[in-house]
Amino acid sequence: MDEMKKTPHVRRRPRFRAENERKRCVACGVCVKACPRGAVSVWRGCYAVVNDEKCIGCGLCVKACPAGVMHKVENE
Amino acid sequence: MKQQRKKWSDYLWIVSATYFTLGFFNIVFAWLGVICFLIPLLMAIFGGTKGYCNNYCGRGQLFLLIGNTLKLSRRRLAPRWLSSRWFRNGFLVFFLFFFVQMVYITVLVAQGASSLSETIHLLWTFHVPWHWAYPVAVEPWRAQFAFGLYGIMLTSLIVGVLLTVFFRPRTWCVFCPMGNMTQMICKAKNKQYDGK
Ligand code: SF4
Ligand code: SF4
Ligand code: SF4
Repeated sequence: MDEMKKTPHVRRRPRFRAENERKRCVACGVCVKACPRGAVSVWRGCYAVVNDEKCIGCGLCVKACPAGVMHKVENE
Repeated sequence: MKQQRKKWSDYLWIVSATYFTLGFFNIVFAWLGVICFLIPLLMAIFGGTKGYCNNYCGRGQLFLLIGNTLKLSRRRLAPRWLSSRWFRNGFLVFFLFFFVQMVYITVLVAQGASSLSETIHLLWTFHVPWHWAYPVAVEPWRAQFAFGLYGIMLTSLIVGVLLTVFFRPRTWCVFCPMGNMTQMICKAKNKQYDGK
């Protein structure tokens, strides 16, 4: 929270981000609850979507996803 | 790291635990399980979301409680085929077969063609005696339906707990028939919005 207060507009691009396989996602929402940044939401009951603006690439959702379809990928 | 604040809906596992406890003492309470079938479907049909799975399912929360709060999960990733189309749909068909069979037996008992069986059908195999949970006689078909539904609910709980312990919490949700059905409804409803 603090770092965000110090830099309200500029945000350093994190090294990783989370990305899921939408076709295989079961839309259970486990990742939504696991994310400390509130970066994931389930889109209309179909699949989870990660908000890249909020994701810090911590990988907690990746470890929690029971289907194993959320992955940590490196930002270019 | 910031913790997500708990909402009232994060305590619905209490409802689920109460349900299983009540059904142990009086099977008639198993009828309340009908709500667990209707709410998710109604939320999907009218709301177009998996809101039930995402926020309100007490059974899913019980798995999280066992796996995360009580730390009774090995947190290994389950085999990938669990999330495949054919397995999820195959399991749904399997589940629906037993559901229809349960309704059919209820009808037989209602017609007097079959007598009430005071057992719980567990893990699609075992008929476990459960007569103590039938303290006050109600109409036999009502009791039969209750025994049948409770068996389905308890089976999903047992399988779900085992999967939570051996794999990750809520691994059951990967192929849960309710979760699959509601996602199918949502996908059908939201096809027109899906750009890809
Ligand atoms: S990697 Fe971390 S911040 Fe990004 S979506 Fe997953 S849990 Fe949230
Ligand atoms: S936890 Fe995994 S399967 Fe569940 S909604 Fe998130 S990405 Fe999809
Ligand atoms: S998938 Fe099944 S057990 Fe999991 S939250 Fe949804 S209804 Fe509950």
